[in-house]
Amino acid sequence: MSTAPSTAHDHTHTAGPDLLYSEVEDELRASVRALLADHCAWPTVLARVETDEPYDVGLWRRLAAEVGVAGLAVPEAEGGAGASWREVAVVAEELGRAVAPVPFLGSAVLSTVALLAVGDSALVGDLASGTRTAALAVPLSTAPDAAFPGGVRVEPGEVLTGAVTSVADVLPADVLLVPALGEAGPALYAVDRAAEGVTLTGVSSLDLTRRLADVTLRAAPGRLLASGTAARDALRGALHTGAALLASEQLGLAEQALATTVDYLRTRHQFGRPVGSFQALKHRLADLWVGITQARAVARYAVGTVADGDPDAGVAVAVAQSFVSELAVLATEEMVQLHGGVGFTWEHPAHLYLKRAKADAIALGSADHHRASLAGLIDLPGVPAVR
Amino acid sequence: MSTEAHQAPPPSADELRQRVRDLLATHDPATTERVEFLRARFDAGLAWVHFPVGLGGLGLPRVSQEVVDAELAAAGAPDNNPRRIGIGLGMAAPTILRYGTSEQQARFLRPLWTGEEVWCQLFSEPGAGSDLAALGTRAVRDGDDWVVTGQKVWTSMAHEARWAILVARTDPDVPKHQGITYFVLDMTAPGVQVRPLRQLTGEAEFNEVFLDGVRVPDSQRLGAVGEGWRVAQTTLMNERVSIGGMAEPREAGIIGLAARTWREHPELRTPGLHERLLRLWVDAEAARLTKEWLRQRLAAGQPGPEGSAAKFAFARLNQQISGFELDLLGEQALRYPDWTMRRPTQVDMLGGSPGFRYLRAKGNSIEGGTSEILRNIIAERVLGLPTEPRIDKDVPWKDLPK
Ligand SMILES: Cc1cc2nc3c(=O)[nH]c(=O)nc-3n(C[C@H](O)[C@H](O)[C@H](O)COP(=O)(O)OP(=O)(O)OC[C@H]3O[C@@H](n4cnc5c(N)ncnc54)[C@H](O)[C@@H]3O)c2cc1C
Repeated sequence: MSTAPSTAHDHTHTAGPDLLYSEVEDELRASVRALLADHCAWPTVLARVETDEPYDVGLWRRLAAEVGVAGLAVPEAEGGAGASWREVAVVAEELGRAVAPVPFLGSAVLSTVALLAVGDSALVGDLASGTRTAALAVPLSTAPDAAFPGGVRVEPGEVLTGAVTSVADVLPADVLLVPALGEAGPALYAVDRAAEGVTLTGVSSLDLTRRLADVTLRAAPGRLLASGTAARDALRGALHTGAALLASEQLGLAEQALATTVDYLRTRHQFGRPVGSFQALKHRLADLWVGITQARAVARYAVGTVADGDPDAGVAVAVAQSFVSELAVLATEEMVQLHGGVGFTWEHPAHLYLKRAKADAIALGSADHHRASLAGLIDLPGVPAVR
Repeated sequence: MSTEAHQAPPPSADELRQRVRDLLATHDPATTERVEFLRARFDAGLAWVHFPVGLGGLGLPRVSQEVVDAELAAAGAPDNNPRRIGIGLGMAAPTILRYGTSEQQARFLRPLWTGEEVWCQLFSEPGAGSDLAALGTRAVRDGDDWVVTGQKVWTSMAHEARWAILVARTDPDVPKHQGITYFVLDMTAPGVQVRPLRQLTGEAEFNEVFLDGVRVPDSQRLGAVGEGWRVAQTTLMNERVSIGGMAEPREAGIIGLAARTWREHPELRTPGLHERLLRLWVDAEAARLTKEWLRQRLAAGQPGPEGSAAKFAFARLNQQISGFELDLLGEQALRYPDWTMRRPTQVDMLGGSPGFRYLRAKGNSIEGGTSEILRNIIAERVLGLPTEPRIDKDVPWKDLPK
């Protein structure tokens, strides 16, 4: 055997993407977590939900300025950090863990993907720095493979008219990215929030920490970003990457729900012993931990394939949304149940997690929808409808 | 761990490949007898590269095995049929490596790896399954030997085995975890009787093993007297974490069989089965990716407790998918190929019939620690939840209710 100084690690065969967290990602996580611990503890989040400012824009600016979370996947030439969606996914996990009321999904993910696709460097740079935020004007429930929305029309003079319901992260947004149908088919426009003819109506949302609004446009002036296939692809790409990143947020929710519940059951005593020593509960939590272990692998794979432009990304994202959505809902439902009466109160954070998890499960395509898409991708066709 | 491994820097992938080529050059698989080839491979340190030099390895990270396996497979070299010798490879070997003397390691590991000697695991007893520490098989010191008497049960492949790993009680007067000692037992020794124990599949891959005054030389003890429980933990941990070196392709497990039946038989499809199949496919993919995640962790030198999650999930999944297969097949599933009592030499889930798979999968959540016990372990050791109050920990074994 030769004694040449080399390592045995130079043949890292892996099936597809690296699923582990890198050291850089661990450091990023620590920075985000520290900042959130100081400025986004759950009592702060809870206190905000019934105010006129459900979004914490100051926190978002800070996260963008101090940790750079808004532009991680944006190339350096366009004002970002030149990292990848993998790093963004770590931020998504942490923001999920904290149910942080910031426009991360709408601005740093959905809008940023769409703007990178159409090549609007100026606006991308603003979003990456956190000085402005944008929202993608589609219902939050829109799945990546949904038909191009037809609720907004382009009228003569490049003005837009129509309505979009249930748009996430639009309340604090400076710019709306609006899919619209024109003479020539699909198009994507940027519309200034402050422009004439733009009305936002806040919705009383199931998810208290990611608020929705209905958008009405009456001859609102728009700036054309892309049309035809380019517009369609930009929208689909945004929703697809969004669905991948959402799985990481859901993972963060589930992990926090489990950790909080375990902590509680270790100290809560009934019948003269910690409730967490009862096997009926231990087994439920063990099941949840197994599910979370799997969800982590699934979410990492999804975001890894998206980051690498891997052709398996379609399957990976559909699998992630099918699996992690239901797991996150289960984790938060268990969180409520296993906290007993306390978990049912407004003053306990469990409901913030439950509401976010349930809304996330519907967001960007339900688990059921993604399973149906998967059937086509993996050649497991269903039964033709019988009439 | 071996000291040799740290003296020279580890070889690169290219050097490892060269080493494989050297082996192939001196032992052409086309003309070399299988066992000869396997022995030569062991002696070249290419059997399990993470084992120490001299014991079939090169003291390398586990992940380096991939290079070797790929190169050998490409050359059409024979393997050691790991499914036939899983207990030896997965449980006996790591325990011997950790606790064996150098004489024991030199004697046992080579024929274990080549498959010349099959191993079985004499742990469970009629009165001690999940509660293994309650075992009652006695080993009494007599000169340089121990005399072992008792009954073991559900012993897989005992009918094929040359050697057994055995736990026996050497001191009944102390609490149960303390009075156990770990041995290697010669299955051909006088007083060992193996009787087939038929399973619900019709065949008998496991056995009852009766030990009647079997003499075991003290040189076949693994670890100190009374330390058997600790030694057994190594065996059991390895039983649960037998993650292979290679990434597993999609649809490799029994989900692939179910998917194929679905694709080939449109007439069997119903909406309800479609929904179930898609869910199972997603779950199988999640399990596959979890294994891949674990594999990457092991390769990076960070083993974690997630191995027990993988074993647990695998059992549930196999049971659900094999149940689905029968529902999909309908009338055909009402027939079972053959209930004839057989003595298999290995378990073949993928090669068997759907009915066999359904029945055999029921064992997956019992063998190697039941799913209930795995949940206890996860809850207590991973999540740190408190143990249930126990009445059996400090009482001498002989005074426990049986
Ligand atoms: C196919 C197969 C192959 C096997 N091969 C081997 C072998 O090669 N060598 C060997 O030594 N053994 C072998 N076994 C035995 C196996 O390890 C035991 O069957 C297993 O550990 C369970 O023990 P038991 O059968 O005594 O069940 P018990 O321990 O009596 O359990 C009965 C039920 O109670 C549950 N239970 C028990 N304790 C608890 C608890 N504390 N909390 C909650 N639930 C509990 C169990 O999960 C189970 O459902 C094999 C078993 C099978 C099925």
